[in-house]
Amino acid sequence: MALPQDRLENALADKKPTFSESEARAEAERCLYCADAPCIKACPTEIDIPTFIKKIASGNVRGSAKTIFDQNLLGYSCSRVCPVEELCVGDCVYTGWGRDPIPIGRLQRFATEKATAAGEKALFEPKARKDKKVALIGAGPASLACAGYLALEGVEAIIFEKRAVAGGLNTTGIAPYKLHAQDALHEVEWVQSFGVKIETGVEVGKDHLTGQKLLDAYDAVFIGVGLGEDTKLGVPGEDGPGVVGATAWIEEMKLHKKQGEKLGHVVVVGGGNTAIDVARECALLGAASVTMVYRRSAKEMSGYAHEMEGARVEGVQLVESAQPVGFVRSAQGALTAIRVARTEGGKNVAGTEYEIPCDLAAVAIGQSKLRALASEFPGVEVDARGCLKADPATGRTGNAKVFTGGDCVNGGKEVVNAVADGRNAARTLLAAWGF
Amino acid sequence: MADLSIDFCGIKSPNPFWLASAPPTNTGEQIMRAFDAGWGGAVWKTLGDPIVNVTSRFGAVDLGTYKMMGLNNIELITDRPLEVNLREIREVKRRYPKHVIIASLMTETKEDWRVLIQKCEDAGADGLELNFGCPHGMCERGMGSSVGQEPKLLAEITAWTKEFAKTPVLVKLTPNTGDIVEAGLAAVAGGGDGISLINTVKSIVGVDLDRMVPLPRVGNASTNGGYCGPAVKPIALHLLAALAREEGIKIPISGIGGISNWRDAAEFIALGSTSVQVCTAVMHYGYRIVEDMIDGLSNFLDEKGMKSVNELRGKVVGNYQEWGDLDLGYKLIAKIDAEKCIGCQLCVTACHDGAHQCIFTGNEEKTRPPHAHAHGKATPPSPFPIGKIAGPRVPWVDEPECVGCNLCQLVCPVSGCITMQEVPGGPADTWNARVREGRNKVPGGIHD
Repeated sequence: MALPQDRLENALADKKPTFSESEARAEAERCLYCADAPCIKACPTEIDIPTFIKKIASGNVRGSAKTIFDQNLLGYSCSRVCPVEELCVGDCVYTGWGRDPIPIGRLQRFATEKATAAGEKALFEPKARKDKKVALIGAGPASLACAGYLALEGVEAIIFEKRAVAGGLNTTGIAPYKLHAQDALHEVEWVQSFGVKIETGVEVGKDHLTGQKLLDAYDAVFIGVGLGEDTKLGVPGEDGPGVVGATAWIEEMKLHKKQGEKLGHVVVVGGGNTAIDVARECALLGAASVTMVYRRSAKEMSGYAHEMEGARVEGVQLVESAQPVGFVRSAQGALTAIRVARTEGGKNVAGTEYEIPCDLAAVAIGQSKLRALASEFPGVEVDARGCLKADPATGRTGNAKVFTGGDCVNGGKEVVNAVADGRNAARTLLAAWGF
Repeated sequence: MADLSIDFCGIKSPNPFWLASAPPTNTGEQIMRAFDAGWGGAVWKTLGDPIVNVTSRFGAVDLGTYKMMGLNNIELITDRPLEVNLREIREVKRRYPKHVIIASLMTETKEDWRVLIQKCEDAGADGLELNFGCPHGMCERGMGSSVGQEPKLLAEITAWTKEFAKTPVLVKLTPNTGDIVEAGLAAVAGGGDGISLINTVKSIVGVDLDRMVPLPRVGNASTNGGYCGPAVKPIALHLLAALAREEGIKIPISGIGGISNWRDAAEFIALGSTSVQVCTAVMHYGYRIVEDMIDGLSNFLDEKGMKSVNELRGKVVGNYQEWGDLDLGYKLIAKIDAEKCIGCQLCVTACHDGAHQCIFTGNEEKTRPPHAHAHGKATPPSPFPIGKIAGPRVPWVDEPECVGCNLCQLVCPVSGCITMQEVPGGPADTWNARVREGRNKVPGGIHD
């Protein structure tokens, strides 16, 4: 699916642009090439980081990309969206030493972007088609990684995606200054080049495609559906124009809104990374003001400290220990303010309510779980949080033919965790089939 | 401030820093700028019958992000008319009477040498340097290193020049020879007043793998050139030291080969150089580098309590010995500073694959390799080192097995983290003493 270039998200440039060859080599040369390197252990997909970096230094960029893709087929998008400060870069020995760490994410982007650019010779040749086929539900990172690894070994892999666009959160949810939707789709097309088929606009459980049909027609099923709709606050005045779910707004901004749309005063509710993303995006897009409202203290936020620091630099204000109790609307129904109460220990304190004027309120307090899908597959269980139960090492569920991974299992982690799950499920299937 | 002035077989120079005969000494205009920057002398780009050069001429070896660790050239001697060069020598000497101009010379017949020497001395050159070292282009014509590689020829031509020269004659030697001492003794035998070394090392600097042509490329072909720059310094130091400790060579030496800063210069001087010559570092960074060379050498001499650079000269020569005279009883072992260790474990991998398998990680006993000399298992230190930065990832040395080779210290990226410490070894002994006393049989030989 081709996306128009004048989308609002394209008004925001990359915060970490791709390295030039000389920049990449200079940084690659700095890598100490640690034995038993801590960065590898910090990566959920355990990419052999020192090896891929040394290959950049030697000028073997294709080999470098292959080293990355062997462990992480979506190494390109991960290089751009991974919170490397919390993962590989955070554990670089230079970090402990107090020196500038190796910019592993940017080096990974350099290698993967260069090796998969249009016009480059194909990196991988899929093996001859074997007599096995797998259906995958949801075209996000978990399914793409699983399907890609299966397809490279000759297994037929077909992904069913309910949206009109593939890529999952990589396409619809990543902050534009990290990854634009067209780049996410470029990666999807690269995975499709291995023979992976994607059918968009098809929702399993509806559209006449039941779980049973999949179980009958395929040798295995992988569920990688991620999370559902944004959770609502459940306070008066929430329904109506001006109050939006955070991921829904991000998707709209990335895929549909046109450049030139003006943002007024924005309030973001929540303290996770999605909340910080929305706030930062609004600030960068020129909002008159952006205020985050979080019910506990800044220290207790689940969002990364380095992301919050970035948001503050963009001008985002944080109201700590405050919780929405309602939205205020004009006679015509337009949003004029959010009403909040001060909290102590996360609980509202009576008589402390006040209003923060705003034109747009984005609610980023979590997403619903897609429990209904589990009931399509006998034996697949859901835990108390609403997440699908699976063995973390293999992705196996209570149904021998059904595997799962990604946000629908972990409740919402990083792209790289989803890729690891999808890859592990693929490896489990391939080993079981003796491929 | 220490006195940096030197007397090189009668040639007085304000400091030991001379520019080597090369592109930085191609013209008078350049050399005057160099003298303004602080250079004490310059060896003029080799004079002779003008030649024709090719394009391109230089190639380099980069090491990581350091550019031009080694430089290779296929440029020949001066391509400018002799009269122009002579006029400029005269002008430079008129304006800079206290600075040193040495004319580097290369020609063929005895008569040519006579004319060339006379013209250069008439122009005011303080000395002459015979280019018996150039390993490309000129040697195929019977000049340059083709002379330096034939001791008899070298001595004979040197003797010719001494018949005509009124100023000191320096013989510039090539490293492309089996025995540098033989060449040095030939220079002495021919009556040379001084020696310059090294000229460049015969080399192919690299290959263009897309065009399948060696570098530097001249159309669809290339040729061998002369290699210089920081990469050749260790070779130059050895050849210098070999001459400096030779009884039969008492004449002064001008050291050349990868000198980039005052520290390099100090090392050359300590191994016997009277003056030092620089080319590649100037081609890389310009004449301005001499300011730090002067300042740094002077500070170093002050720090060491030396009043003159002459006190430094040759100080290390006596400690350059043959292997057989080294003390077999001396022992070092590696010590790792847990506070400084960053946990990269490069020492572990280097020791296990490239040395003696005696550095380990983890707080448990380790099985020594089957070839170990020490008995039993290697035991971690107690208390087990927990690093400030590396935590439990700090490696430890199995000291009974450590042979003190230095490799771990060399690969460690943290300065001062791994140190080599003296420990009681055996009684003083040398291989030569063992041979003399018939104690040189080591069990497990060919006939055991």
